[in-house]
Amino acid sequence: MHGRVKVKSTAQQEEEKRKEREKKLKIYVAARDACFSKRKEGIWDDEALQVTQQLLSSNPDFATLWNYRREILMHLETVRDEEEVQKIYQAELSFLESCLKVNPKSYGSWHHRGWVSTRLPRPDWARELGLCDRCLSLDDRNFHCWDYRRMVVKMSGVPVDQELAFTDRLIGSNFSNYSSWHYRSTLLPLLHPESPEPHSPCREPRRASPPPSPQTHSHRVCEEQLLKEYELVQNAFFTDPNDQSAWFYYRWLLGRAEREEMISCVYVSRDEERVAVAFSRPVNAQSVGLLLVLDGQPQRVEWRSVHPRFKHSPVWICDLPPGTISDVTNEHNLTVHWTEKHTHRDCALYTGRSESWCRDSATDQELFRSELSVEKTSVLQSELQSCNQLQELEPLNKWCLLTIILLMRALDPLGYEKETLAHFQTLKEVDSMRSAYYSDLCSKFMIENTILKMEYAEVRVFSISDKNLTTLCHLDQLLLVTHINLSSNQLQRLPPQFAMLQCLEVLEADNNSIDNLEGLFHLPKLEEVLLKNNQISTLADLQPLASCPKLKRLDLRGNPVTQTANIESELTELLPSVTDLQL
Amino acid sequence: MAAEELPSEFDVVILGTGLAESVVAAAFSRVGQRVLHLDRRSYYAGNWASFTFNALLTWIQEHHEESQPEEVQDWSSLLEEGEELIYLSTRGSSSITNLQVFCYASEEDEEEEAPNTTEEDQGGDDEVKETPETESADSNEEEKKQKAGGTPAEEEEEQASQTEGEEPTTSAGQSQSEPTRKKISFAQLVKEGRRFNIDLVSKLMYSRGSLVDLLIKSNVSRYAEFKNVTRILTYRDGKVEQVPCSRADVFASRQLSVVEKRKLMRFLTSCVEETEEQRAYNGRPYLEFLCDQKLGDNLQHFLLHSIAMVTEDTPTEEGLASTRHFLRCLGRYGNTPFLFPVYGLGEIPQCFCRMCAVFGGIYCLRHSVSCLLLDKDTNRCKAVIDSRGQRISCSHFVVEDGFIGADWKREATPTRYLSRAVLITDSSILPSDSDQQVSMVTVPPIAAGCPAVKMVELCPSTMTCMPGTYLVHLTCQSAGSAYQDLSPVVTRMFRTPESHDQESSPTVLWCLYFNMADGSGLEGEGHDLPNNVFLCSGPDAGLGHEHAVRQAQAIFQKILPEEEFCPPAPNPEDIVYDGDNNSPSTPGDGETLEGEEEETPEGEEKVEGEEKEEKVEGEVAKEEKVEGEVEKEEKVEGEVEKEEQSLQTEE
Repeated sequence: MHGRVKVKSTAQQEEEKRKEREKKLKIYVAARDACFSKRKEGIWDDEALQVTQQLLSSNPDFATLWNYRREILMHLETVRDEEEVQKIYQAELSFLESCLKVNPKSYGSWHHRGWVSTRLPRPDWARELGLCDRCLSLDDRNFHCWDYRRMVVKMSGVPVDQELAFTDRLIGSNFSNYSSWHYRSTLLPLLHPESPEPHSPCREPRRASPPPSPQTHSHRVCEEQLLKEYELVQNAFFTDPNDQSAWFYYRWLLGRAEREEMISCVYVSRDEERVAVAFSRPVNAQSVGLLLVLDGQPQRVEWRSVHPRFKHSPVWICDLPPGTISDVTNEHNLTVHWTEKHTHRDCALYTGRSESWCRDSATDQELFRSELSVEKTSVLQSELQSCNQLQELEPLNKWCLLTIILLMRALDPLGYEKETLAHFQTLKEVDSMRSAYYSDLCSKFMIENTILKMEYAEVRVFSISDKNLTTLCHLDQLLLVTHINLSSNQLQRLPPQFAMLQCLEVLEADNNSIDNLEGLFHLPKLEEVLLKNNQISTLADLQPLASCPKLKRLDLRGNPVTQTANIESELTELLPSVTDLQL
Repeated sequence: MAAEELPSEFDVVILGTGLAESVVAAAFSRVGQRVLHLDRRSYYAGNWASFTFNALLTWIQEHHEESQPEEVQDWSSLLEEGEELIYLSTRGSSSITNLQVFCYASEEDEEEEAPNTTEEDQGGDDEVKETPETESADSNEEEKKQKAGGTPAEEEEEQASQTEGEEPTTSAGQSQSEPTRKKISFAQLVKEGRRFNIDLVSKLMYSRGSLVDLLIKSNVSRYAEFKNVTRILTYRDGKVEQVPCSRADVFASRQLSVVEKRKLMRFLTSCVEETEEQRAYNGRPYLEFLCDQKLGDNLQHFLLHSIAMVTEDTPTEEGLASTRHFLRCLGRYGNTPFLFPVYGLGEIPQCFCRMCAVFGGIYCLRHSVSCLLLDKDTNRCKAVIDSRGQRISCSHFVVEDGFIGADWKREATPTRYLSRAVLITDSSILPSDSDQQVSMVTVPPIAAGCPAVKMVELCPSTMTCMPGTYLVHLTCQSAGSAYQDLSPVVTRMFRTPESHDQESSPTVLWCLYFNMADGSGLEGEGHDLPNNVFLCSGPDAGLGHEHAVRQAQAIFQKILPEEEFCPPAPNPEDIVYDGDNNSPSTPGDGETLEGEEEETPEGEEKVEGEEKEEKVEGEVAKEEKVEGEVEKEEKVEGEVEKEEQSLQTEE
């Protein structure tokens, strides 16, 4: 049509582009080969800098070239004076900027920038911070930039409060950002460290407050600041309850107390001439300098974990030299020293007693409350209130439900048991993909509650039947239990940790789906094992029982293994001590 | 103006350079039609124009002078067999009425004005707003003799002081005293007048509205830069508050409780999709729907007035539609749904004119069309006779409706009017950390029967006002004169001699009231003119530009139903110049090894708070341009110069 502007046809354009690409490729390949041969010859000159620059500006992810470039620069450092070096590196920085524009997530460019920044005689950190801020404003999740920024901050000593303000800004513009929240969690303890007074018995006694530094600082934050943080993060999760980053930060705020490292229990059995020691966390007793002193005499004993699978375990046992405590008429005083931690625990075995122990119980330690370690109940209570408020508005929000459960546990695990179970039920429905996770978590909480109940009742019977347990945990807390009832749950195995139940005499585990008895390993006092209606299908599955010397009664009714030919005779052979076998 | 004769034959002659006309011009020119684009005025964009302060004063003066009807020349000598003449209106358009100007700034630079207490007393005495003795005035109304009250004599004095730069009214001088702040005098406003770009019409661009889409699609966006409106405000219980509308706003808001935050977010996310529940409210007021959502007063106010921007009796489906539109536009370019063109809205029609010129359109200002030549047999317009008596044949004629006499218009409905006020103030309506806020303010009816007012406050970085000032536009549907409609709002929200007790409010330095015809009433076919003559209306009351763009597209498609409307303009390097086939001259494309023309990733555009994966490279390049990025700017510059030349030579 008349007057219409003529535009190149697509084919024309394509052809032109193709030719151009070809031309570029030729140049590129030639330049690359030139670089390689120069490097081989060990030439570190300006020309090489130029050629690598050309190549890298079109392809900043060419690691070999960056390496070559660093070699050249390091060489130049030796032959040029400082002023020139400064200039060269500054030019390098602006070149890098253009590379970052091509690919803001190029590993090579960011790494090289970090390298250059540290070698620059007179670095301009403010400029680098500005660059990072610009990059982050374009993409606030560019982790390369976050990394580089951390380096810059460290090198230039940006005050912590400024950095906190920086996270304020980023969170303000978009709170769905783990990086900012996480950065905040590292800054707050530096800026507002927890006051030094211990708040609860389980808190480790403070030594002279160390200067704030990332290595030595406590990970907790003072109460006053915490309250502000709660408000901030509540704003985030009320605004968007489906955004997980805020919830995770909230979990961090509510916090996990670090348990004091200690020997939580020492148990001594006269009959077995054996000592069992429980620690507050899994340790390798062979290497932590554990010392057993009996009646003032250090003993050479060999510590072993309850199951050969564990190099680290919360429970360790040792056999005393034969005859040392076997006489019931003697009283013995036993001390276990954990030399590494300067802590110890005494235990007296009185005359006429066949066993003895000394320990802090789970209730003494408020063990299961401390998972969220905010000290003041009132704070937790008000947090629970706001979460409940949110839950009313968003009854199906999983993050909210889960947080409510945690808060309830921190406040009163037994009192809120019913609500907790109901919330777990909802969780499994709204987030069915993770129902197994919720089941396990629920099992854990039920076990904790049962332990608490048992402790309050001051008995050695642990009974938790018909609670839909899917997993067993906290077994180290059951070191003294003699009777355990796990009937009518959904357990599939008795894991190796089960071997920590060193005092166990009777195990009831009817009506589960257990097909693995690995944990019934060297339990010195185990006499009865009731496993009706489980999934034990081969004789080999029963092999671990052979290590329990006192086993007398075994009920295997309703297990597939009972259909095996010659089962009875095989079993008699395998477990000669069993006198009451039910198949 | 070029003295030589224009070509005598065009495909389309367009009279008037308002937005719709300019879009039509660009669209035709772009597909190869020969376009002649004329405007009787000395400036582009008609009622869509932006003026410097001084140009605005001139414009005001022109509107005060009784416009002389030009002598109607008799062009019948140019008639050929079977032709008939239709004379166009030669008088200025009647679209602007009730012009009133008030200057409250002192005349000269006076630094040491004592804080004035009498001012407050005086204000207190002047209870009756309609007859403030010293200030209020009425205009030298041209058409309508609507009384705003006050004495004409005073007003003339005002006018004189405006235009001649003399003698302040006494109280104006007094009103303006705040010793801590350096006051800006009228003389300064005049001296810095070219820093102002004052729009006659106040609109914003919805970031997913049809204008933005068109700008992007047609590549016209490369001719302008845009700024985000940075916040949405509302006036409520005597206070200006920020309306949280994006996710980040809601998170940061201090005036909402966390529960309100949740409710608001839930409402905003839930109303994106139409539900059974919503349909049940069809036909019933949106307010009722909102009430039943149990949102609370706060949120209800925000949603009704600031987000939906509707009135209490707007039906639910309409309220929801406009809420959705608002939400769709959020997050494309920032935390509000709106963009504003740097240098003012008058840029937009000119950008389209430039596109038209680039593709060969010819432009003449101060050049009009006197009459149309009608072929009696076909009842089509064969040609036009321009204001210099040249006969120019054309197959289509597009004209701003102001040039068409009322007798040709079929609609007898009385024209609706918009009330407009333009204020120059000394501070922001809601001061904040940043002094570079661009604010959209919704002011619900301050009393029963009052209109809802839309207010836009522009900061100096929009290049529409001088440093130290803010430019405030108020717009509403007229109930009375602009002064009657808007001065109560101005008095309440700003400090003028009439306002009481408003120490903290921004001081009005200068203000202008006028009414403008509401173009939304006009339909393209509501006339008895030949069927190849098309009318474009002036600005409408809507906040966006949908009306004008729709009108332009409708005209284009009626004339050229087969052609694409404003297809993307090709890149300069893809254009084949005659005799220049061997070397398409593209500056700065020689030496680097750089791959294809890759755009650097810039400006993240998040879409309505979606949080998916990390944003990486490769943002769509053309959208970035709308944000006025540096990268491409350079490339365009050379080209712009070229075009500028072509525009100049053609005029």
